Amino acid sequence: MAVEKMSIAKALNESLRKALEQDPKVLIMGEDVGKLGGVFRITDGLQKDFGEERVIDTPLAESGIVGTAIGLALRGYRPVVEIQFDGFVFPAYDQIVTQLAKMHARALGKVKMPVVVRIPYAGGIGAVEHHSESPEALFAHVPGLKVVSPSNASDAYWMLQQAILSDDPVIFFEPKRRYWDKGEVDFDAIPGELHKARVSREGSDVTLAAYGPMVKVCLEAAAAAAEEGKSVEVLDLRSMSPVDFDGIQASVEKTRRLVVVHEAPVFLGVGSEVAARITERCFYHLEAPVLRVGGFHAPYPPARLEDEYLPGLDRVLDAVDRSLAY
Amino acid sequence: MTVESTAARKPRRSSGTKRAAGAASAAKPAAATAQTQDVVPQLVQLLTPEGDRVDNAENAEFAPFVADITTEDLRGLYRDMVMTRRFDGEATALQRQGELGLWASLLGQEAAQIGSGRALNDEDYVFPTYREHGVAWCRGVDPTNLLGMFRGVNHGGWDPNTNNFHLYTIVIGSQTLHATGYAMGVAKDGADSAVIAYFGDGASSQGDVAEAFTFSAVYNSPVVFFCQNNQWAISEPTERQMRVPLYQRAQGFGFPGVRVDGNDVLACLAVTRWALDRARRGEGPTLVEAFTYRMGAHTTSDDPTKYRRDEETAAWEAKDPILRLKAHLLATGGADEAFFTELEAESEAMGKRVREAVRAMPDPDTMAIFENVYADGHALVDEERAQFAAYLASFEEGH
Repeated sequence: MAVEKMSIAKALNESLRKALEQDPKVLIMGEDVGKLGGVFRITDGLQKDFGEERVIDTPLAESGIVGTAIGLALRGYRPVVEIQFDGFVFPAYDQIVTQLAKMHARALGKVKMPVVVRIPYAGGIGAVEHHSESPEALFAHVPGLKVVSPSNASDAYWMLQQAILSDDPVIFFEPKRRYWDKGEVDFDAIPGELHKARVSREGSDVTLAAYGPMVKVCLEAAAAAAEEGKSVEVLDLRSMSPVDFDGIQASVEKTRRLVVVHEAPVFLGVGSEVAARITERCFYHLEAPVLRVGGFHAPYPPARLEDEYLPGLDRVLDAVDRSLAY
Repeated sequence: MTVESTAARKPRRSSGTKRAAGAASAAKPAAATAQTQDVVPQLVQLLTPEGDRVDNAENAEFAPFVADITTEDLRGLYRDMVMTRRFDGEATALQRQGELGLWASLLGQEAAQIGSGRALNDEDYVFPTYREHGVAWCRGVDPTNLLGMFRGVNHGGWDPNTNNFHLYTIVIGSQTLHATGYAMGVAKDGADSAVIAYFGDGASSQGDVAEAFTFSAVYNSPVVFFCQNNQWAISEPTERQMRVPLYQRAQGFGFPGVRVDGNDVLACLAVTRWALDRARRGEGPTLVEAFTYRMGAHTTSDDPTKYRRDEETAAWEAKDPILRLKAHLLATGGADEAFFTELEAESEAMGKRVREAVRAMPDPDTMAIFENVYADGHALVDEERAQFAAYLASFEEGH
């Protein structure tokens, strides 16, 4: 059966399995990825089937994980490293920003850096501090890195395949609160381009652009708005570096209104860049300023407050109303 | 491999054998006096500052690794050090003349670099910091290539895989992890080669170096950590970096650490060969601390007279690595005046070539800004490249 319904977590697991099968140079590295199968079980069973030399339990040291992955890539391997949680990537941030991102340019193109850094990110699971953050803009800002995030099982499977095949370093953000959401994966499909946005729901009055965990919220908002007679288009950006501005522009030229939604703080977030570029590109098409919905300029709150912090249906619909009111 | 089994392979350097007087005095480097330590550091030395060969308990395990070194080989090591110093001096002069934006001189560290660099096989891989001009020389990297980043025309002007010599790394200690990862790959490939990572005493304080020690130990990776302890991290002395002798740190990670006289090219060659041999045999990492001295500034941007005493520098001048080998060659009849005169002329010619090459080095093309940012391309880079090209072209159209 080419098409199978499965969770995002399972789709990621199948994707890693396929990558390990197809290329002996692919390695999985990270804390607890072996016997445990990762704290979210994304690497479940892989060490059992591919051995400790391919699925490598590492010391508890994030800079070491990324730094040694760089060395393995220089030797011709294609490491896929797991950072256990979003807030734990910062000990590795130096290696990612000063080394991984720049090695290809520094070597005048003579070496490639096919390293994937998988990061379960964003909130909504009632976790403690450092386990719910959305640092994607910090990586998207760095030349040399590519940054993507799937929102459904099919993308989880295919985008991870494409990230592993890429000769560039890819920061792969996995929406952890969606890990158990199920969707169809067509294993024989010809996947779309990794960095192209996708229209998840067609509409004509306003465009909601989101990625990762917020795509589902936006689809729910669009369904609710439809009951009020508003036609909302939902665009799944999928990639934060590069951003598919052409795809957003096409949608905005149709709907003439844009609201960008993400969990990360609004200030200097991906939404800020989208708003600025689309204002430049679509100034004469826009009927309203580009609006942004996201997190606050505050540390991610304790779990008992995260429902207030995270953009939900009402905050997204409020922005849709504000956009339509112009 | 367990920690215990690697520790068991530590060289026996505390046998209590009575040492020769000359070696005993060399075992207490002047600059180590401020360190808090329970154990007097051992120092592997084969040539005294006066150029005399020494045999003692400290070097007994390592001396066999240079038993094959002929007089001709010694002349070759001497030539390497002279040529490297000449190159380094030329680069310093070029910086003073405004041809280079910055230079990190290796003056005083020639023996550590040539000794370790000549210990390597072609298949071995080197991860340098930004001062390894002598190691680059040993690897056959054209010296003029080293100057591109200091002139500001690139961030590293050579293909690392041509000479198995990675690009200079400026962020302190980062490359020790790259070396460890590369060595993990070497082990996976079952290759009969080793990896060497260079770093300094200041870098030893960095977390990345500790993580590199951890990873290499637990994966038993074929990597040699070669620390040139040149006593100063810009203006910070070693006592601001460590409270116990650096080489002893290896023991805590479960692999051997050796302190070698970093101004003794023969000892550096022997100890590095020994460590590389261990790595190739699958016995894991080694930390080599080459105890040496940076005679010049950290880079041409700082002024060492602000932070260190003239007496200290003078004491190290007496241990000069080049004069030491020259004394040995003269005393043993290994070289005559004609050799030194010819070498002088050769090094002058090299200096001239470097000078001319730097001055002829073209600025990169403006559009190089957008090249090699990504291997697979990136829409934003493409967009900005096109916009900037159009902007530049608009000036052409105006005339």
